[in-house]
Amino acid sequence: MNDTTPTDAPILRCEGLRKSFGNLEVLKGIDLDVKRGDRIAIIGGSGSGKSTFLRCLNFMEQPTGGKVILDGERIGTPRTGRDGSETVTYRERDLMSVRKRVGMVFQQFNLFPHMSTIENVMEGLVTVLRQSKSAARTRAAEQLDRVGLGDKLDVYPSRLSGGQQQRVAIARALAMDPEVLLFDEPTSSLDPELVGEVLRTILALAEDGRTMLLVTHELGFAYRFATHVIYLYDGVVHETGTAEQVFRNPQKEKTRAFIARSSEFSL
Amino acid sequence: MGYQFDFSMVIKILPVLWRGVIVTLELWAACLAIGLILGFFIALMRVSPAAPLRFLGRAFVEIFRNIPALIQLIWFFYAFPILIGAQLTPFTAAVLGISLNTAAFSAEIYRSGIQSIERGQWEGAMAIGMSRVATFRRVILPQVFRRMLPAFTNRAVEVAKVTSLASVLSVHELMYQGRLLSSTYYRPLEILTTVGIVYLVMIYPMTWTSAALERRMRRKA
Amino acid sequence: MQQYEWDFGSVLTYWPMLLQGLWGTVAISTLAILLGIVGGGLVAAMRMSRYRSLRILGTAYVEFYRNTPGIVHFFWVYYAPPVVANVNLGPLEAAVIALATQSSAFYAEVLRGGIQSIGNGQWEGATALGMSSKDALRRIIVPQAARRMVAPFVERSFEIIKTSSLASTLAYGELLYQGMQIASITYRPLETYTLLALIYFLLLYLLSSLAKFAEDRLQEV
Repeated sequence: MNDTTPTDAPILRCEGLRKSFGNLEVLKGIDLDVKRGDRIAIIGGSGSGKSTFLRCLNFMEQPTGGKVILDGERIGTPRTGRDGSETVTYRERDLMSVRKRVGMVFQQFNLFPHMSTIENVMEGLVTVLRQSKSAARTRAAEQLDRVGLGDKLDVYPSRLSGGQQQRVAIARALAMDPEVLLFDEPTSSLDPELVGEVLRTILALAEDGRTMLLVTHELGFAYRFATHVIYLYDGVVHETGTAEQVFRNPQKEKTRAFIARSSEFSL
Repeated sequence: MGYQFDFSMVIKILPVLWRGVIVTLELWAACLAIGLILGFFIALMRVSPAAPLRFLGRAFVEIFRNIPALIQLIWFFYAFPILIGAQLTPFTAAVLGISLNTAAFSAEIYRSGIQSIERGQWEGAMAIGMSRVATFRRVILPQVFRRMLPAFTNRAVEVAKVTSLASVLSVHELMYQGRLLSSTYYRPLEILTTVGIVYLVMIYPMTWTSAALERRMRRKA
Repeated sequence: MQQYEWDFGSVLTYWPMLLQGLWGTVAISTLAILLGIVGGGLVAAMRMSRYRSLRILGTAYVEFYRNTPGIVHFFWVYYAPPVVANVNLGPLEAAVIALATQSSAFYAEVLRGGIQSIGNGQWEGATALGMSSKDALRRIIVPQAARRMVAPFVERSFEIIKTSSLASTLAYGELLYQGMQIASITYRPLETYTLLALIYFLLLYLLSSLAKFAEDRLQEV
């Protein structure tokens, strides 16, 4: 439940976050504060590092530098080397507890094909939260009903459209009642006519006051969805502000150009 | 305990093993060449529009794949001569058995290669007026060879291993020399280990090539 | 050429020996398959371990068996231990050990291939929910991989049954060895070895039909 101490302290914070793949530095030091109830859209061109950044927040990718702080607690065990440099080790147990609290919806859905819709949603409840099967089933059915799939409980993912699959994935993440929910380009692999149903589902969550971060290139949607926007360029935060500020009145030249280039963006 | 591995023995037997290596390589090359060529024609039978040909091709493949290679060798050496009324040398019997066995397995490689080429390739070639035969020869086959190269290399590895069975027919190849030396000197550990290592050195480059080809193809795909 | 007079009757009078041989083949194959699954699991775990040294050891094991002929392993296991450590293995034990260690290497590759064929997205989907990698493996990866492993597993098991004929070289009374005895008693190698080939063919053809049936049933789910 999201009713811990009612402070203004950020639920999720990162400082100087870095990530390299071999010699290629993708994230070059990113700072971010996420407060409860924030909805943050992360936008940027391809190769800007926006997906990598999001994936670092639940450690689908392990950052190579900087800090991730969840609800005031730093993730990982830092060790200072003799030369003063810091290396952080992430134990599986730490990462598991982060992921329990920070959910993710993937571009490719990543549903489990050998399980029915409801079994997909129950899986985390039973194996991770150790709920009884019957309790998990009730909760999973509720969540599926909520995303409009109450009539597809026993259907296998392969029988569903892309849009329906993504809604199952959203239900699967929601069922865990995460404190923060991450969306990694949730509509990028969908046919155009299926995008709408998924966007509507996500907007409905916004009304519940859930804390969410979204990577997308649908700028029109980002504008309707977000309280705050981050524009990433070349691995750093190039511009950030409220959705109004960044979309209506961008301060930087590159941001303006990026928004102007997006033909689909109409406010 | 306290067994002394006698390295001088290894040195001593190498020249004899070398003679075996030559015979192994001869067997390997002959069986692989005959098997690959024969296998191609059997694959053609298997994809032929004529049902009797398809049946014959299938029967050949199933027979040679579902019987242990050792039985095939023994059959060609001890049974087949009675049927044809002429004696075969062990080497000839071994070549016959291993080649036919190889043909059956390679036929399946060709066949799955041919069937893996998309319909669009046939259609594309026919659409510019190429005949079926020309399409097969100029469009399909080159792609089959390229796509199935790792599978053929793998088969070459298997054939190299199968040649060791010829020792049972007293063909003087590597394994036979090893067995003979081992019973002569009563040093099976040194001798059989050396034989194993010699095989490893001969075969490993092939396995490595096959894996490298597969990796390269996956990258391209 | 004189017409050969076939006489299966005199061979068939020794059917109890053949039956005994069939039992021997089934016994060592079953033992080797069961032990091989256990060993294969261990070797696969080593190959996918987070420790480099274990990975290297696992890889070396698999490569050794992939690149050396089975007959070398049979002779090594049978002849080396008595000389080295004064341990005498009977033909049955030696054959089972040789077959099982070899099949461990091949089953390990089946397991590893199956697990690695499952896309990274499934790992991410599972771990993003907070599952441990052990749970992800057990609940998400293995159930999906298992289905893809059935066909290569069956294929490998057939290879084991065929390779079990090498136990005849250690005078273990499986089908081929019993057949050799009958051939030398009856002086009818043509009939005997043809009959042996037929028995193997029927055995493996029957098993492969069964396997195909089971596989189809599995895919329907």
